[in-house]
Amino acid sequence: MRRLELVLSRLVWFIPTLFGLVFLVFFISNVIPTDPARIVAGENATEAQVQALRAEMGLDQPLHVQFGRYIGDLATGDMGRSLYTRRAISDDLMHRLPATLELTFAAMIIAIGLGVPAGVISAVRRNSLTDQVLRVLSVSGLAVASFWLAMELQMFFSTRLGWMPLNGRVSGWGPDEITGFYVIDSILSGDWESLRDTLHHMILPAFTLALPAAATLVRFTRAGVLEVINSNYVTYERAMGFPTPLIIWKYVLRNALISTVTQIGLIFGALFAGAVVVEAVFDWPGLGTYAVQSILQSDTKAILGFSIIVGIVFIGVNLLVDIIHTFIDPRTLK
Amino acid sequence: MNALKRLMSDRAAALGALLIFGLIVVAVLAPWIAPYPEDVTAFHLADRLQPPSAEHLFGTDRMGADVFSRLLFGARITITIAVIAVGVAVAIGVPIGLIAGYYDGFTGGFLMRTSDIFLAVPQIVLAIAIAQTLGPSVENVILALSVTYWPFWARLVYAETKSLKKQTFVEAAQALGASDWRVMVMHILPNTASAIIVRTSIGMGATILTAAALGFLGLGAPPPTPEWGRTISEAREFLPDAWWYAAAPGLAIFLVVMGFNLLGDGLRDILDPKLRKGSR
Repeated sequence: MRRLELVLSRLVWFIPTLFGLVFLVFFISNVIPTDPARIVAGENATEAQVQALRAEMGLDQPLHVQFGRYIGDLATGDMGRSLYTRRAISDDLMHRLPATLELTFAAMIIAIGLGVPAGVISAVRRNSLTDQVLRVLSVSGLAVASFWLAMELQMFFSTRLGWMPLNGRVSGWGPDEITGFYVIDSILSGDWESLRDTLHHMILPAFTLALPAAATLVRFTRAGVLEVINSNYVTYERAMGFPTPLIIWKYVLRNALISTVTQIGLIFGALFAGAVVVEAVFDWPGLGTYAVQSILQSDTKAILGFSIIVGIVFIGVNLLVDIIHTFIDPRTLK
Repeated sequence: MNALKRLMSDRAAALGALLIFGLIVVAVLAPWIAPYPEDVTAFHLADRLQPPSAEHLFGTDRMGADVFSRLLFGARITITIAVIAVGVAVAIGVPIGLIAGYYDGFTGGFLMRTSDIFLAVPQIVLAIAIAQTLGPSVENVILALSVTYWPFWARLVYAETKSLKKQTFVEAAQALGASDWRVMVMHILPNTASAIIVRTSIGMGATILTAAALGFLGLGAPPPTPEWGRTISEAREFLPDAWWYAAAPGLAIFLVVMGFNLLGDGLRDILDPKLRKGSR
């Protein structure tokens, strides 16, 4: 029952943390008294019109009243209207969330596929040339600015070579929207052309996003495997004459990858955040692009909504990681 | 002295230290080593988008200004942002972590829950929200980064303090009648120093990347500031022809961040052998 206790104690903190986050971002975004009413009213509006609009938008109320109203609206899923798209911010965000999640998942698969095997190889052949090269690559992967890498890859593979599409999620209309995840949608509707097109568009942004994550995984996996390789029971198995591949596959990896699994959960959060910048370069129609557009238009409420959505996903994923961790490594329950 | 010698015998860490030293030298001496120091603000439209040549080592930009000269001045902005933002984050985070770890009851719980709120969104998202409200300027980027990064140091010092508090030497100091402040500052803090130093080196790299991303998104210093992230975003519309325009600041960011990461790794190996475990 300790697991249930742990999960409950984490769940209890979910709401206060989220409330704190909304409080924080709300007051941050009201530090400077901007006047959204004036922006909405336009340049030719009279002072009386602006005043009326201000009252309508609740901007004439004191800040704590505005905050109370915002929380009340938020509880019903209402984040207000975007100053520019004029649509409900929650609709805008929900519509864009699948695009970001799809990119994040794709990047995660690439990061795991590259990072974990590379980390194992690096550890097993430590201090070899392969190990040295992989270590240099992983250190480099963490140092590169993702928006710059995105631009350079785009320039080389799309503009110069023409192998990859320049930007966006699809060339045409895309598959019929069912879930909003284009890969799933095209499979569900049997639209193989869309599937190919979607995957083709995904390669560059997903790879750019995945690189720093893969680098982290290499470092983590390498350290984890080395720690186990140097442990007493592996020395014992070696002394017993077990063949090395068997020891690695059966005994080392299972223990070494515990910490990697936790790391993968944390990496999801990092990828989700990294998507903001990568999306902006590839015009990927997700949350990041929306945030950047909102920045350019000083649409404070949209930024607020964006931060909250990211916060919810982020807190949720961390909670999930903690729970999964208790299953993989029951020692955490003690 | 011994630690320094060991650090320099680690080739990777020595390279890192060299890169950072290079950054500092370049930032300090920018007005003297830049071939065209006036190009930070001046423009010569006749020479715009020239490829690299003997006169213009890294070519010229959309205003005809020397990319290399602007790059050198950009180093000043990068180092200013990183040092002040991380400095403030450390100055906020370390005392909070220390107090929370020492008074690990209601006070500690409250402080750590507060830091959890800051960690509930990715740093770049919070920094975007702050920088967007305050308006684009270097000062606001620094403020946004300090506000978003302090919890990292708070968490670190909190964990260290909690375990150090139970050590005999702390109990001894308490038994001798030392005040809480004295125990915290004179006995516990020095023992968290190595962890703080390691985290700070790696934190500098992360901060520089975030600052550049903010600049790229248009939230950094306004033009014509030669900030590296902003320069990359300016260069975007001139790709692929003017490849040098974006390549130079991108490589500069890469080398500097790499420098801090390598130094951080090296410092950790020396200062914090616990973390090293089986890594070699």
